[in-house]
This record gives sequence, C-alpha cells and structure tokens, in this order.
Amino acid sequence: MTSASAIALSAGVAATGLDWFQLPSDARAAEKLANVKKSSYNTTEKQNSFKDITTYNNFYELGVDKGDPAQNAKYLTTKPWTVSVEGEVKKAKTFDIDEIMKLSPLEERVYRLRCVEAWSMVIPWIGFPLSALIKSVEPTNNAKFIQFVTLQDPKRMPGQQPGLFGSVLEWPYVEGLRMDEAMHPLTILGVGLYGETLPAQNGAPVRLIVPWKYGFKSIKSIVKVRFVEKQPPASWNIMQPQEYGFYSNVNPEVDHPRWSQATERRIGEFLRRKTLMFNGYGDQVASLYKGMDLKKNY
Amino acid sequence: MISWLKPLVFLLCLIPFGQLAYNAYTGDLGVNPIETITRFTGSWALIFLLGSLAVTPLRRLTRWNELIKFRRMLGLFAFSYALAHFSTYLGLDLFFDWAAIGKDILKRPYVTAGFTAFVLMIPLAITSTAAMIRRLGKRWQQLHRLVYLAAIGGVIHFYWLVKADIRRPAQYGAVLALLLGYRLVVKLRPRIAARFASNASLVRSAKRSSTLVL
Repeated sequence: MTSASAIALSAGVAATGLDWFQLPSDARAAEKLANVKKSSYNTTEKQNSFKDITTYNNFYELGVDKGDPAQNAKYLTTKPWTVSVEGEVKKAKTFDIDEIMKLSPLEERVYRLRCVEAWSMVIPWIGFPLSALIKSVEPTNNAKFIQFVTLQDPKRMPGQQPGLFGSVLEWPYVEGLRMDEAMHPLTILGVGLYGETLPAQNGAPVRLIVPWKYGFKSIKSIVKVRFVEKQPPASWNIMQPQEYGFYSNVNPEVDHPRWSQATERRIGEFLRRKTLMFNGYGDQVASLYKGMDLKKNY
Repeated sequence: MISWLKPLVFLLCLIPFGQLAYNAYTGDLGVNPIETITRFTGSWALIFLLGSLAVTPLRRLTRWNELIKFRRMLGLFAFSYALAHFSTYLGLDLFFDWAAIGKDILKRPYVTAGFTAFVLMIPLAITSTAAMIRRLGKRWQQLHRLVYLAAIGGVIHFYWLVKADIRRPAQYGAVLALLLGYRLVVKLRPRIAARFASNASLVRSAKRSSTLVL
C-alpha cells in the first residue's frame, strides 16, 4: 500500500507541483537596441519587471503553462528570419529581419497589456508604428484587412507538435486587423523590450502590439503579413467563436462567457482593479468603432 | 503495521501544504501568486478526492482490508485542500467582494460546478467522526455517496475553466471514470452473472429437450 500511495502522490507532484516552483531558465540572447526615442503615448504607470514580463507568458507554440515559454525559449531560434508581405499590395516583398528593424526609427512604447484571462501588466516595448510597414508596400484599394501569420515549425515551436489529444489550437496561429486599426498610431510592430531585442517567449523577433485589444490579438513571431479584402480568420475565434470575437477590444461590459471582464489583476498588485474601456485607450481609438454595437462585435 | 503507517501517510498528505508554505515564505510563488495558490490547492483537492475514491477498488483488488482505515484521512485532506482553494478564491482573489462572488457562482458554470462540489463535501466532512457514523447507521453510507457527485463536479469545474488545453482535466476525468466504472461493474456483475447463468441453463435444457426429440 505504501508504494501505491507513494505512486499516487508522486503522480500528483508531477501533474501539479512542478510547473509552479520551477524557475525559468534565462535563455535570452538579447542585443541592446540603440537610438530609441521615447513616445508621447507612454503611460507613466509602474512598469512590470523584466522577470514578470518574460516568465509569465501565453505563447502556446512554446507550451501551454505560463512558465513553459521561458523554458522552451531556447528552441525558437530567430536568425535567419524573414517576413513575407504580400496580397493586395503594389510592392510585395520579403523583408529580412534586419530590414524590418530599420524601416522606421525605434520608439519605446510603455503600454498596458490586458490579457483576456483578466490579468494585466505594464510593458516597455520597443517598436515602430505598423503603418510604416504598410506604407512601404503600398496597399491597393482592395486591401481592407490585414492577416498576420506566426511561424509554423514544430522543431522550433515544440508546442506545435501534436499530442495525445491532437493540437490545442490550429497551427499556424493567425490574427487579423481591419485596415484602419492597423494604420492607427498606437498599433506597433514590437521588436524589443526593456531596451533589448525581444526574448523568444515574448514573440521574437517581431510581433504585433495592439494595446486596446486583448493580448491574444497581438500575434507573436510573425513570418507573413497578407493584405486581403475580406475579414481574415483568427485562431481563437476559429476555436471558440462565441468566446473570442474578431475585434476582441478590451471591454469591461462584455463578459467572456466563462468569466467576468469587469476587473483585472495587475501583476504585482494584490487588489483587483477595474478594467477600463479599450484598456484605457478610448480617447484615441473609440472613434474607430463609432456606430458599431460592441456587444455584438465583441 | 497500521499504527505506524497511518501517521506516515498523514505526514505525506501534508507535503503539498508544506511546499506551498515554504514557497510562500521564500517569496517563490511565481509572477501571479494568487493564481499559483488557487491552482495548486485546487489540483491537490482533486487528487485527494480521487485518492479517497481509489481506496475501495484497491482494497478489493489487493484484498488488504485495512486500507479502509486510510479512506477518511484522504477524504478529509481532500476537503482541507478544497477549503484552502475556496478560501483563496474568496479572500485573496475576489477579496470578499460578495456581489462579484455571488454573480460568479450563479453566472459562471465552472464556478457553479466547483462551488457545488465543495458544498457537497461539507456534510461529508462533518459526518466523518466515529460518533456520527454510529448515529447515522445505514444512512451514513447513503449520505456519503455524495462523494461521487462531488468528484464529478470537481472534474467538470476544472474542465470548464481551461481555455483550450483540456489534457489535464481529461487525465483527472479518465481516472475518475475508471474508479466509478469499477464500482458500476462490481454492482452489475451479480446481475450479469445471473443472466449468463439463466441463459446457460436455458441452453442446457434446450439441448436436453432436443436430444430427447432426437
């Protein structure tokens, strides 16, 4: 009997104990980013620590537990890296990551990030407006939406290897924005964090950051940007359309069907705080959705 | 043997609490400590609940009857971890915001399931003393069948709260299905055996009659 209970207990330790006291490995090969200017869009709220931002991640390609992406970051090599920009554009082009880094002057953008799971952080990103990339490829009049695609490579993204129950999500991860959302000055391509290039677990080498939408819209490790006429598919929306809408704007009045979105826990704080409409960016972005029923277009 | 084994198992059951206390003391509960505590205590509540349900099948299979002496302890540990889980939710996560808690319990199916499972365990914990077992007699056994519902509720609670990765709740679900399935088979076996026996006797009598005809 002792052995049976010992097996039950150790199985329990394996199932629940390990993922919460293991410390993440520091597998970053970061480079300092020079000539980064401050942005007027920055929040002055207290920033979360580098450790908070790099060890508590939702990036299912590198594992489903919050600590997994930091553990598996070593697999995601990002050199070489290219981003193919195609579709309804006059100047389709495959950019090398070095070209992307030089498309526009780098800015520090200190943004609030609100996860759909009702937690939030304040993150000093480095990046540049997505509009700079868009303008450089000259979209045609048919370009109404932009689709983004993450790398698909189960070797570099072990979370994409099918498990016993198949895949958690369909790969590759895809996301989309309406053209006016993509052109908005708050929407950036992120290439760095805390003055350095992005760690793999945060979506290296280049990711989207849309601060007024739930975090999952800000797709990571982008390899393809496609300009399209019709609303493109989005991964979580495909998985659970009644839970995750295409827009997914932060909205305290529209609950996720399984939990409330009225409040959030800012990582590092004890008491929950009230969630703000458009994650506090309403002054800048509310006009994009004028006349739309945001309860229907969640 | 039981006399020294019981305190040993008791100490083993305390290990998760100890681990949690140690990590809390060293400030090593991760980036989101409240979430860590909630998940940890919830997972252990389920593990102990399944552990208590494993006693009867193990006892039958090993024919080691003294195993029954661990069942109450495992059940009470399940309740203790569930209580810690529920208290974390009330006090740390929602900070006694009763309006939000009430809304959660009524509106969110996964909270409803978890809350129901927890409430079902309360009478079981209260009636776990020797005096209560004596006083309730046969009704004690009937009452304690609620543990099946509590375990089902607990697994559903876990299944409904995950976003996409159902692997872990599926593991708990599979173990629970095995433990409940075993009981079902044991219960139905006499009936099935009886049916087989009657079929067999029918066949035999049929054979006999046919030989008679021949």
